[in-house]
Amino acid sequence: MGRFQLLWVLLLFVGTSLWGKTIEVCASCEVKSITKGVVLAADYDTLLIKKGTYKEFNILIDKPLTLLGENYPIIDGEEQGEIIRIVSDNVTLDGLFIINVGTSYTSDYAAIRVVRSKNFLIQNVVLEKLFFGIYLEKSNHGKVYHNKIIGDAVDEYNSGNGIQLWYSHNIEVDHNIVQGVRDGIYLEFSDHITINNNESTNNLRYGLHFMFSNDDVYTNNTFERNGAGVAVMFSKRIKMVGNTFRQNWGTAAFGMLLKEINDAEIVGNTFEENTIGINIEGSNRIVYKNNNFVNNGWAVKVLGACYTNSFINNNFLYNSFDISYNSKLNDNKFEKNYWSNYTGYDLDKDGIGDVPYRPVKLFSYIVNRTPETIVLLRSLFMDIIDFSEKVSPVFTPDDLLDDMPLMKRTR
Amino acid sequence: MLKILKYSFYDLMRSRWSYVYFLFYLALGFVLLFLNNDLSKAVITLMNVIIVLVPLISTIFGVMYFYNSREFTELLLAQPLKRTSIFLGQYFGVASSLTLSLILGLGIPFVLYGLFRSEAIWDFSLLLITGAFLTLIFTVLAFIIALANENRIKGFGYAVLLWLFLAVIYDGLFLLSLILFEEYPLDNYSLVAITLNPIDLSRTLILLKLDISALLGYTGAVFKSYFGTRMGLFISIGMLLLWTILPIWRLAYMSKRKDF
Amino acid sequence: MIEVDNLHKKFGKNQVLSQLDLRIEAGGIFAVLGPNGSGKTTLIKSILGMVVPNKGSISVLGKSIRNNWKYRQEIDYLPQIANFPGNLKVKELIRMIKDLRQKASNEHELIRLFMLEPFLDKKLGTLSGGTKQKVNIVLTFMFDSPLIILDEPTTGLDPASLIKLKELLLKEKNNGKTILITTHIMQFVEEMADGIVYLLEGKIYFKGTIKELMAKTEQNDFEHAIAAISTYTTDA
Repeated sequence: MGRFQLLWVLLLFVGTSLWGKTIEVCASCEVKSITKGVVLAADYDTLLIKKGTYKEFNILIDKPLTLLGENYPIIDGEEQGEIIRIVSDNVTLDGLFIINVGTSYTSDYAAIRVVRSKNFLIQNVVLEKLFFGIYLEKSNHGKVYHNKIIGDAVDEYNSGNGIQLWYSHNIEVDHNIVQGVRDGIYLEFSDHITINNNESTNNLRYGLHFMFSNDDVYTNNTFERNGAGVAVMFSKRIKMVGNTFRQNWGTAAFGMLLKEINDAEIVGNTFEENTIGINIEGSNRIVYKNNNFVNNGWAVKVLGACYTNSFINNNFLYNSFDISYNSKLNDNKFEKNYWSNYTGYDLDKDGIGDVPYRPVKLFSYIVNRTPETIVLLRSLFMDIIDFSEKVSPVFTPDDLLDDMPLMKRTR
Repeated sequence: MLKILKYSFYDLMRSRWSYVYFLFYLALGFVLLFLNNDLSKAVITLMNVIIVLVPLISTIFGVMYFYNSREFTELLLAQPLKRTSIFLGQYFGVASSLTLSLILGLGIPFVLYGLFRSEAIWDFSLLLITGAFLTLIFTVLAFIIALANENRIKGFGYAVLLWLFLAVIYDGLFLLSLILFEEYPLDNYSLVAITLNPIDLSRTLILLKLDISALLGYTGAVFKSYFGTRMGLFISIGMLLLWTILPIWRLAYMSKRKDF
Repeated sequence: MIEVDNLHKKFGKNQVLSQLDLRIEAGGIFAVLGPNGSGKTTLIKSILGMVVPNKGSISVLGKSIRNNWKYRQEIDYLPQIANFPGNLKVKELIRMIKDLRQKASNEHELIRLFMLEPFLDKKLGTLSGGTKQKVNIVLTFMFDSPLIILDEPTTGLDPASLIKLKELLLKEKNNGKTILITTHIMQFVEEMADGIVYLLEGKIYFKGTIKELMAKTEQNDFEHAIAAISTYTTDA
């Protein structure tokens, strides 16, 4: 269904450029402003915006149009408010450079806002000095492709999100670069969204943030050095495949936060050098497969009730702590993972260690309780304590073990 | 002093013990690499070994050397030599031969396994620097203990006790105090506590490299500036230097007043 | 040559030397005698700077030895127990000591005298006690220093070597050197010493020639005189 719709959208775009006429906009042209161009244009026309600076805001696009920038014309909103608002179906924005969106504490001004519209395409757009970047509001079947959003946010309370989806469904967000905003990509009540090949880095809060959104897929994205990583909250059936979560450092920072997430699939991702690789709270029936957890403080931190999750064929490499639990109960399965901290042997040479591996150390308990004790990491005293706990578990769940630890890492 | 250093060093280079020490590290390096086949993992295991074994071996070796070379020392004392040169020369002789055994013993297997082509080279160099510091520190502490105790058994006892205290008991007491006073702000206290123990200092240096992600998980501005910036690195190295220089100075002072 | 004034030394609670005054003039062989624990070795080691006195002053060749180490260039010392670093070869040890002292030496003559040639390439750890003592003697006498201090030089020596040692001592004495010896062999003292210094309980109990001692104790025999002096109380 989704693919068919996309095809239809594409056909439509091809159609418009064939049938519509082109209106040129430039300083020396007949039409000197974009606003005027939009007023003059008929449905399915193309506005060819030439190189130059256009000091305009509140540009209302209320008919199916294509706004095509030539050599990245600058639309300078002079911090007056919203810059482009799309309220019609079948609108395309291409090759624009939009700067100086107004900041407000009462309304969420965006560089580009799409309201209750379908079949839009926003591509090759560069946004700088923005509040909100691309804001999709109750709009479906659109595509946000190959845009670059560079914010300079300093504080969370007066900054906006790079790409925001609100009650919008069936959208494709692909090949975008988002940095320096509050949340790189934010989804609220938005289902059937695909988010692929984006780079969301150095954002104040989350690189990607899901709230109450179901059946979404995100693959091959990179999330690096965000304030807190990626948050997936109160959502169902999310697929997370082949993403990279790196260097999210700090007190409440993680590669990924899962909160009240059910039936998700987390496959083939890499979590590298995060304070916490994945932080899980109240999430059930999640499959973790073929992920790499490398050099994290905590590879996986489990808080609160999490049931029937399974960790299969993951690589846990050189993490300070592999798994941390805050309760003695365990209903999650660990099987056939590779643990670099495993010290067992494989006498029958079947590639599976003969002694089970206990991924939860007593020390991780102590650190949860008294965080300052982290400075005792890797001290001989701690090793001795951990060893005695390993021999006879008192504080850690005694059924939490990987019965079949792999001897070699999986590819 | 350089002459004494030279003779002590040659003397040690011929002794069975430096070979045992060298071969031990050589074997350790090869075994670790053979079992893991992975430089990064071997470096981590090695780190655990280094911060525990290097102090132990340096302490015992230092005490042993001091007692065994007593006659040599007396022979030297009757020569027209400055006392401090005699003791510091011997100390540096021992320390440098131990360091050499450590660096060669571990370096050879790792280089053969392709260290220079690996990213682990920085971690490994840091490890060796830390090992060298620990050798310098624990050898001088051993010399001080041996100089202060004529009785060999007593000297050995104190030396092993010192190692046990700094390697294990100190951290145990430290942990206990942290848990007992967990309601109070403890970040300054814990940072000071780890700088007062050379083994903990070396551990911090290694943590900064291997576990920075975990260290930054703690809430607290002091921790953040300590581990998050270069401050931790500089303070740790500075304190390790102090831990080396002050005992050496003490050894020189004691050596001037000691009767033979 | 040596001047010791008001020397005090305590090891823990044990007062080893107290108020010791001693003057040794240049030239001649002087024996420092006394029962076990009387402080002979401590006195010698104080002179050598190996023991740091609690009180008092010592000067050698007219210079105070406090915080001074260069004066040892003028002393040859033979330590009591000849234990050397076991890993060194004899000739290496000799070379090392020469290197440390940077002084002209005549070790070849002495090696020949004590017939040590076959041992030059042996490690010191493998040598017998007597051979070690011979090496010790070589090391002591190979330099030409005005003051020679010998602590139990006769230990472990065979009679032939003992004779050679005595000849050596006489030769050095005739060269005008000052020689300080501690020993328990009274015959050796009687034969060699020009003067004796008798120590008891950390004090100089007697200083003079052997004749003076015998006259004082009214004994005809030196050994008896020595035995008698410790019970001789009129002076105390």
